[in-house]
Amino acid sequence: MTYEHHEYDVVIIGAGGAGLRAAVEAKQQGLSVALITKSLLGKAHTVMAEGGMAAAMGNVYPEDNWKVHFRDTMRGGKYLNNYRMAELHAKEAPQRVLELEQWGALFDRTKDGKIQQRDFGGHRYARLAHVGDRTGLELIRTLQQKVVSMGTDVFMECKVLKLVHDLEGRIAGCVAYWRATGEFVTFSAKAVILATGGSGKSWKFTSNSWEGTGDGHAMALWAGAKLIDMECIQFHPTGMVWPLSVRGLLVTEGVRGDGGVLRNSEGKRFMFNYVADMFRAETAETEEEADKWYDDHTAGRRPPELLPRDEVARAINAEVKAGRGSPHGGVYLDIASRRSPEFIRRRLPSMYHQFMELAGVDITKEPMEIGPTNHYIMGGVQVDAESAETAVPGLFAAGEVTGGMHGANRLGGNSLSDLIVFGRRAGLGAVAYVQAGAVAREMNMAEVEAAVAEALAPFDAEEGENPYDIQRDLQEMMQANVGIIRTESELLEAAAALDAFSDRLKKIKVKGGRAYNPGWNLATDLPAMLAVCQCVTRGATLRQESRGGHTREDYPNADPTFATFNLAHRSDGGNWDSPIFTERSPLLPIPAELKALLEEAH
Amino acid sequence: MTDVTLRVWRGDASGGDFEEYVTEQNEGEVVLDLIHRIQATEAPDLACRWNCKAGKCGSCAAEINGKPRLLCMTRMDQLPEGPVTVTPMKTFPIIRDLVTDVSFNYRMAEKVPALLPPPMPEEGYRMFQEDVERGQEFRKCIECFMCQDVCHVIRDHEENKTNYAGPRFFIRYAELEMHPLDTNDRRDFIREEAGLGYCNITKCCTEVCPEHIKITDNAIIPLKERVVDAHYDPVAWLGRKIRRKTKTKAADAAVQPAP
Repeated sequence: MTYEHHEYDVVIIGAGGAGLRAAVEAKQQGLSVALITKSLLGKAHTVMAEGGMAAAMGNVYPEDNWKVHFRDTMRGGKYLNNYRMAELHAKEAPQRVLELEQWGALFDRTKDGKIQQRDFGGHRYARLAHVGDRTGLELIRTLQQKVVSMGTDVFMECKVLKLVHDLEGRIAGCVAYWRATGEFVTFSAKAVILATGGSGKSWKFTSNSWEGTGDGHAMALWAGAKLIDMECIQFHPTGMVWPLSVRGLLVTEGVRGDGGVLRNSEGKRFMFNYVADMFRAETAETEEEADKWYDDHTAGRRPPELLPRDEVARAINAEVKAGRGSPHGGVYLDIASRRSPEFIRRRLPSMYHQFMELAGVDITKEPMEIGPTNHYIMGGVQVDAESAETAVPGLFAAGEVTGGMHGANRLGGNSLSDLIVFGRRAGLGAVAYVQAGAVAREMNMAEVEAAVAEALAPFDAEEGENPYDIQRDLQEMMQANVGIIRTESELLEAAAALDAFSDRLKKIKVKGGRAYNPGWNLATDLPAMLAVCQCVTRGATLRQESRGGHTREDYPNADPTFATFNLAHRSDGGNWDSPIFTERSPLLPIPAELKALLEEAH
Repeated sequence: MTDVTLRVWRGDASGGDFEEYVTEQNEGEVVLDLIHRIQATEAPDLACRWNCKAGKCGSCAAEINGKPRLLCMTRMDQLPEGPVTVTPMKTFPIIRDLVTDVSFNYRMAEKVPALLPPPMPEEGYRMFQEDVERGQEFRKCIECFMCQDVCHVIRDHEENKTNYAGPRFFIRYAELEMHPLDTNDRRDFIREEAGLGYCNITKCCTEVCPEHIKITDNAIIPLKERVVDAHYDPVAWLGRKIRRKTKTKAADAAVQPAP
């Protein structure tokens, strides 16, 4: 068959923070660039990020610098990080934040006119550049406007199905369809950058938008790249729990950074009972000491509410399990009794409206009911820290779709800065690869035809299942068996269930035509969702310890032997139903001078 | 849990009609929850655009009982009893069902003359909270395009779409004009290409803004004062010369080292 066809030097899949930043860089270097997004431009999940982007600019605490940021990131990640990514991120984030202002961003200011920085969990100093609680919107709009002003070609509501190689195995482009018409389109490219974000939509309660179906994770796996740390999933401690219709919706960590505290049904600030040894020396022991810290970080140690997210989420889970939860199965997040209504409305305007309009709760007067929600996947495509290149020639990746930067647990605020640091690096990496010249020439059309046939199969079925039923069952199964606390028996149950889902995916029946058909669109997302679930479940089964965003009831402690490698998954065959193999991939050894930073007492 | 009737417009560019769905409604649910329930059960091909379901991305704008609303922020229990009518935004061409072709807005975005700041000093620009706040109000915009949908200049006059940017872009121009770092001069462009003069300040845009941006009072009227009046009024013309100096001065201040 013949398809609509486009040719570019660099094709970027995904138009959130990482994809947009990569586009700016590749375009600035003079290459032809296509930006493909399955939604409209400016709607990607980045838009939902609230609290801020972490960068050791030292505007509020001059003591802050990249070394402290590096240390905080590695400790937060429980040392499973690719140290070089964490190092580059800490060093480059300040410059990446500053350059956003050249493109029109308007951050909140300090009294002396610099970019204001706020406190967040796991960060030693107030470090998050922000705009109230809508920092993600500011980031995406700034980059969107920059990309548009550069005249970049943007393909909106265009869903990429699969990456395509040349006959030598290099990446040569991709095959996609327009959501509006259902017509297929091919893109040939010398380099492809994956910037597709996360995969939370495979769980029932998530802060992710519908797009978080792990498309890029799966496409990389099928194309021959490796996925690492897939068991490490961040359950954000504070998602809404009521009403049910908004369960999982994010409540920014900024609430706690700005003075909010967690209480159980007895009114107690329970986090004081959940301080792990690793953080004891830097955490306050009494409410009095903790409260002094907000105004002056030298007057007391950090409140335990601002421990890294994995610690706080587990504590909330334990309180609810012990019967000290709120009526709808969460705990209370209270800022009303601690800050003035004016302060709350000025610092947290979106949270104020979100609770007022969706839950009928006035957060300046009442506490919020919150509980953990699937928020972020630390795992993803294994890349080279400097160039963002994957194991497949011509394939690059940046942002949430990658693994390594955040180790076993991401600190709040490190995601937006990750996007701009490694989005730029992926752009530069792709440019260098294209300029070196050993690029793919022609797409292997057999791969295109196979992807098209697979996508159309659900129309041909005489009878079969509604894709929405399969999605719902998958979400419920993963929520129940591969949630915040895991155990071997449930993981084995999940693995068996996933085999059954694989069979169900072969028997989907789609109603209606190809033009803007959400049922069909979902059917084309499901193979990627399944691939992510399989890798997460395999990783969670094999990592017989608890570390960061991976908690095993049957192995409750961290085991030093597991601190030396990532679990890496690869596909044998490259089809969505091909077998997956998992191996140990040793961590990069940390140079002595950086190791010394980690061990420094603070 | 109760049952409720939704009348949803279904069709494409060639035409269409209302279809009725009776579906369950639970406590706290928004219109989008019910659309999703209909998709998951009887009509998996019902086209509806959405992303975040939290009022932050602006994808799910449609008309509920004839008024532009975000489907994800409209609670069922706040609508009057009886059937709820859901139709696509009227100002834009239909793609399918509730999904419209909003490319008009992206074309208008391409025309915006970009921010032109002075070179950045190594330690970054200096700007003060009171100076960035005016622009921050406009940057809250989630691009739901409901202000565009409700604007009579294009809602009732297709022919105006070639030379009228609409309220969404008037706030963008206001933001750039008030930006502490900007040195670009867009006033002729705003009058001639963006068609600011067509707006007759009926405030419909302000009324539908889900971010409660005071589009008319804080963006359009000040812009008109600067742009339209400046063109016809010799006194304003003089003011314009003076103001250009002020604008350059503000940008200069942002690159001075800290005292």
